Amino acid sequence: MEFYVNHPLLFILAGVLVAVVLAQSVYFLVKAVRRSKVIGMDQTKIRKTIQTAAVFTVAPAVAIVISVIALSKSLGLPLPWLRLSVVGSLSYETIAAENAVSAMDLTLGKIDALTAQQYVNIVLVMTVSIMVGIWLVPVIGKKLLSGMSNLEHKDGKWAEILNNAMFIGMISAFLGYVFCNISRLWLADESGMVTVEESGQVLRLPGTSGLVPVCVMAVSALTMVLCGLGMKKWKWLNDYALPISLVVGMASAIPFTAWLG
Amino acid sequence: MKKNLSYMDSVHRDGRIWNIGVMILLLMFPVTVAFIFGASPDWMALLKGLIATAPMYWAVGVIETITFVPMLGAGGSYLSFVTGNISNLKLPCAINALEQNQVSASSEEGELISTIAIATSSIVTTVIIILGVVLIVPLTPILEAPVLEPAFAQMLPALFGGLGVAFVSKNWKIAVAPVLLMLVLFIFVPALNEGTVGIMVPVSVLFTIAVARILYKKGVV
Repeated sequence: MEFYVNHPLLFILAGVLVAVVLAQSVYFLVKAVRRSKVIGMDQTKIRKTIQTAAVFTVAPAVAIVISVIALSKSLGLPLPWLRLSVVGSLSYETIAAENAVSAMDLTLGKIDALTAQQYVNIVLVMTVSIMVGIWLVPVIGKKLLSGMSNLEHKDGKWAEILNNAMFIGMISAFLGYVFCNISRLWLADESGMVTVEESGQVLRLPGTSGLVPVCVMAVSALTMVLCGLGMKKWKWLNDYALPISLVVGMASAIPFTAWLG
Repeated sequence: MKKNLSYMDSVHRDGRIWNIGVMILLLMFPVTVAFIFGASPDWMALLKGLIATAPMYWAVGVIETITFVPMLGAGGSYLSFVTGNISNLKLPCAINALEQNQVSASSEEGELISTIAIATSSIVTTVIIILGVVLIVPLTPILEAPVLEPAFAQMLPALFGGLGVAFVSKNWKIAVAPVLLMLVLFIFVPALNEGTVGIMVPVSVLFTIAVARILYKKGVV
């Protein structure tokens, strides 16, 4: 059979895998909702949790679709569809694919049509290199979590602080990341421009461009505060505060980028 | 006699079956492609490609597993490590749900709330990607419109601004030191950027735990 990256059989294979992953999500959702009824949790709260999670997911999921489109130009549609539905991310898949083809003395994006052999190599490198989490959770997940629940019994207050500390640790790293390009302000030359390398391309950007993420973050944080104030009057705001802040922040990036670069 | 499994035990049993099953299926994809199209891998190049890619991502994968499992809970972990996008989607979604329901992540209610939030998020993501794949021809010009590009480029700041203000303000005593440390590191170390933020998450988490422990021992929190 002649191979090409958008062969219908590849769509079928990817489709089967995506269906299995979808089934796993549905299975765990149903299992958790059933259990919540058994232990008598308020079902209106459960419904709200589902609604909020669904609404919140839309914008990040659209961003993933954009990554699928970007990758599909060199790899065809079925593989990015599969890879970004299961584990992957745009940057990881790009690096894995580049490493796989450069090992064959080729350059990704400069290949007219991938052969079946090149394709198999790319898929194997992508799949094997990112597999750790899928099997490691079954191996150590139970031990890790029973350690946590032992701690809960021994010192409940510390267990709660520990949980909050982990969340804050993660959030702090991303807050730091928001400021990572601010040094462009003092690295800019006399014309106020700075030369940067982004995803293999050399770009000339205004020194103020490092402020864009900071402004976006500030708008998002402010929106969250306003939602917090407004929810005394409109209770539904509480449920959608995070998705609203996310979308308002993203929308503000358009004028900020036009203004600051 | 059938053993009476507790809910948590059954989550671990089912999670193990699902994850190992998905892993085998994932590996079957390249094997099936090779078989159908009669193409065996270029073994030498495969080895080279793997050596260039796997060690770093395996190391990151081990650290991520240890860091994220306690935050995601049992059901959430099995699902998140299959569907991916943990720090930019699944974990914020779970944290937000826990926060709204005022439950602790380590309680059974917390376990259920985070599983429900993460499962919903996984389903919505998978369905939206399916729609994107089906509608790729009409969608491409819209999603790749230059006017929208900055909005998607700034998704992480927009996400962590809202999430940060809610969480940091409630736990500001614990948050001051890690936020300052991360700001200084990201501003003054050029190697820290979008590509390396994932590596800094466990560093920041460990540091914050240490700070929280000291503050707890001193009775500040």
